[in-house]
Order: sequence, then structure tokens, then C-alpha cells
Amino acid sequence: MAGTGAGYDLSVTTFSPDGRVFQVEYAGKAVENSGTTLAICCKDGVVFAAEKFLLSKMLVPGTAKRIFPVHRRAGMSIAGMVADARQIVSRARSEATQYQNAYCEEVPPELLAERLGLFMHAYTLYWSVRPFGCAVLLGCVDEESKKPDLFCIEPNGMVYKYTATAEGKGKQAAKTEIEKVLANNPELTCEQALVHVAKIIHKVHDEKDKDFELEISWISPASNYQAGTGSEHEVTS
Amino acid sequence: MAPGQYSMDAKQHTMSPVVTGATVIGMKYKDGVILAADTLASYGNEARYKDVCRLKKIGEYTLLGAGGEISDFQYLSNLLDELADEDWLHEDGCSMGPKEYSSYIGRVMYNRRSKFNPLYNQFVVVGKKQDQAPHLMYVDHQGTAFEEDFVATGFGMHLGIPLLRNNWRPDMSLDEAKALVTKCLEVCFYRDCKAYCKIQIGVCTGTTVEISPPTTINHFWGHGAWTERRLEETSDSTGTW
Repeated sequence: MAGTGAGYDLSVTTFSPDGRVFQVEYAGKAVENSGTTLAICCKDGVVFAAEKFLLSKMLVPGTAKRIFPVHRRAGMSIAGMVADARQIVSRARSEATQYQNAYCEEVPPELLAERLGLFMHAYTLYWSVRPFGCAVLLGCVDEESKKPDLFCIEPNGMVYKYTATAEGKGKQAAKTEIEKVLANNPELTCEQALVHVAKIIHKVHDEKDKDFELEISWISPASNYQAGTGSEHEVTS
Repeated sequence: MAPGQYSMDAKQHTMSPVVTGATVIGMKYKDGVILAADTLASYGNEARYKDVCRLKKIGEYTLLGAGGEISDFQYLSNLLDELADEDWLHEDGCSMGPKEYSSYIGRVMYNRRSKFNPLYNQFVVVGKKQDQAPHLMYVDHQGTAFEEDFVATGFGMHLGIPLLRNNWRPDMSLDEAKALVTKCLEVCFYRDCKAYCKIQIGVCTGTTVEISPPTTINHFWGHGAWTERRLEETSDSTGTW
């Protein structure tokens, strides 16, 4: 074991001498290798977009999704290992139903995001499990006030609230692009944002990478504030 | 019994309803299926809650009408909402229709009666999914379930069914159908003390499910036969019955 840090990356239960948990950082790397996903919290709703690499020409378009509905007015787009993220999606769905059954109303976005943060964080605490190799963008629209919210939950369990954010390979470039869009038009509506997010995904796509399918989804007046109802996919090649 | 103590007797379940709804009338018509109920929830014989909606939309194509215990209806409504949400989450481009939902309700009711803990309701589940044939099913607290062209629950079984038998046709227009169900509920209102004059009508056409806002049906209590004093008269007077 030469040098500080060596040998400290085998378990999430051991800190390195300079105070890092390497397994959790490696989980972050898994996110950075994935196709870009981004979401914008607009005036009237939330728009998601995901760049999905086509592993094969024979892959059926519109399958192997990366944007999922959580409940009627909440959706999630994911970056990183999709199989890991499906676990988060299914947890989010059961949290939402449980809350609905207990309190007869939709789960507040903040609470749902925090619960998922706790869930992901729990997987950074025990040697017997590995952290989730994914980050998720959670978008919700409030049932009554129609106020939209956007959260990003990372493999370490941190929950951030954003007006817009991106994860995955092109996250830096995508964030810069979104900033420009929002600077010009802070009162962006979902309908206007739709074109921008599509353009941004195309722009940050690395030519060296495989062909991709663009997946877009929105929770807005146009989809009657229903997640999953409004969605499109486009195959580029 | 003090809290936390257990009885040595057998476990007791609710075996009689408390707050109840009365008649529901359902029937098929030419382009779909129609469902009607009044808006009263009675507490015993007391007319306790006068604007309770006893019709419920389930999923995209189905309507549920409930007679009997209102709280059990609300409980089942929650189960069905959860089921519909689950179905929607699959994003598989198909959704459950009246056949699936009525069958589900039938199983829930039979399951509960088999635990000697029934949901105290008589349900009419109707619907029409796109181009499919209209569907109408009766399900009760014992899990008895059957399909019919027209059906009534509660007192409507006695007061409404004869009218339906005489006047129902498979090719009725929507207006004729509305008039007939309204007539049934009107008759119930005159004769059944747990019926009410405010009614709602739900219609499933295959593409839409609509529940009308409550409307009041006309009623007239001034008929001579009803106002005359008959008690002192001759022994052959029969009253209104």
C-alpha cells in the first residue's frame, strides 16, 4: 500500500487518511460516463431531456427509457447506471403511494427528494452494499398551486434544489448552455424550453460517441400536468 | 374494555352499515352505458348528508356507483385510485377498462366476505372502453357478481327494476335513457324514505366518462289521494297503496 489513499477504496465503511470515501467518489464516476441528462424548472412546469446512446442498430426505438414517471405529477430522469436508478424510481413510487395512503394527498416534492436522499445515502454506510452508480433529477409540479420544483439527488445522498441542472458526460457544457438560455429568458415556459433542451443535448453530444436517441418528457399544462403523458423520442443517425 | 386488553370472545367485525347510500340505477343504451344515483347519505333513517357523490370515475373508461356503507365505498375508491395509478405508471400504452376493474372489485368483495369482514356495499360498475361493447356489472357485499343490461341496487331492486323491465330497449338514445333512470329514481324518491330528490347521472360513451352536476327532480305531493283524510272513512278505503 504505497502512498496515502491506496487500499482505502475497497469499502464504503473506511475513510482514507485525507477524509474521503473512495467508493462513493467512484460511484460519481459512473454517473460521469453516462449520456447527458438535463432538466429545467420552468415557469409552468418541468422539462426533462436525456441523451441515450444506441448500443445497437437493432435496438427498438423508444425502449430502454431514461425518464420515468414517479406519480401523476412527478417524473425522474436518470444519469449513470440505469439498472441502479430503476431501484430509485421504484423506491420513489412506493414513497409516493405510502404518503398518499397515509395523508390522502400527494407527497410534497421536498419531502420526496429528501426521502430519496436518505435512501441513497444509506447505501454509502455499510460494507455489505455498494453505493448507487447513478444520479437522478426529480421534477414535480404541486397538485394545488401548480408550482414546479426540480431536485438533483447524487450517489452520496446529497439533495440539491435547482432551477435547471444537468448530469452525465456533457454536464458542464450543458449547464453553461442552460445558463445562457435562462439569462436571456428567465420566465421560460415549458413549450419554449422544449426546443432549447433538444438543441443543447445535440450540442453537447460528442461526435466520437455512438449514435444516440433523444428522449424528452415534460410535466406542463400541455400534458395536463401529468408526468409521462407528454414525451417524445427522436432517433439520430 | 380497557385499551390494550384483549377479549376472550370471538373477534367482532362491523356487520351492519352506519352511513348508507340507497339506490343506484345502471343500464346500457345505444352508444354506451349510463349510471344514476341520488346524493343522499343516510344515518339510519335520518337524511344526514345531502350532497354526497355516490358515483366515481375509475381510470379512463369506468364508472362505479355505490349503495350501502359510504365509508366502505370511500375505502374501495382509494384502492381503485391506487390501482389506476399503478396501471398508468407502466406506460405500456394500454389501460384497464370496466371488465378489469369490475372483476377486481368482485374479487375484493368476495375476499372480504370470506374473512367474515365484508365491505357493506352494493356496487354497479359500468363502462365502455373505446369500440368495445358496453359493460355493466353488479357486485355486492357477498361477492356476488353478474353482468346485466340494466340493474338496480337497494330499494331500486323493487321499485326501479319493474320500470326498467317494461321500458328498457337496447337501442335507447341517451335522452331516453336519462329520462328512464330519472323516472326510476323519482319513483324511489316517492316511496323510499332513504332516497332523495337530488340526483347525478354518469355517462360512459367509450371515449369520455362524465358525471353530471347534481340536479333536483320535480316532485309533487299534493295529489288528492295523498291529502284526503281517510282514516275515519269506510272500511273499504285503501289509502294510496
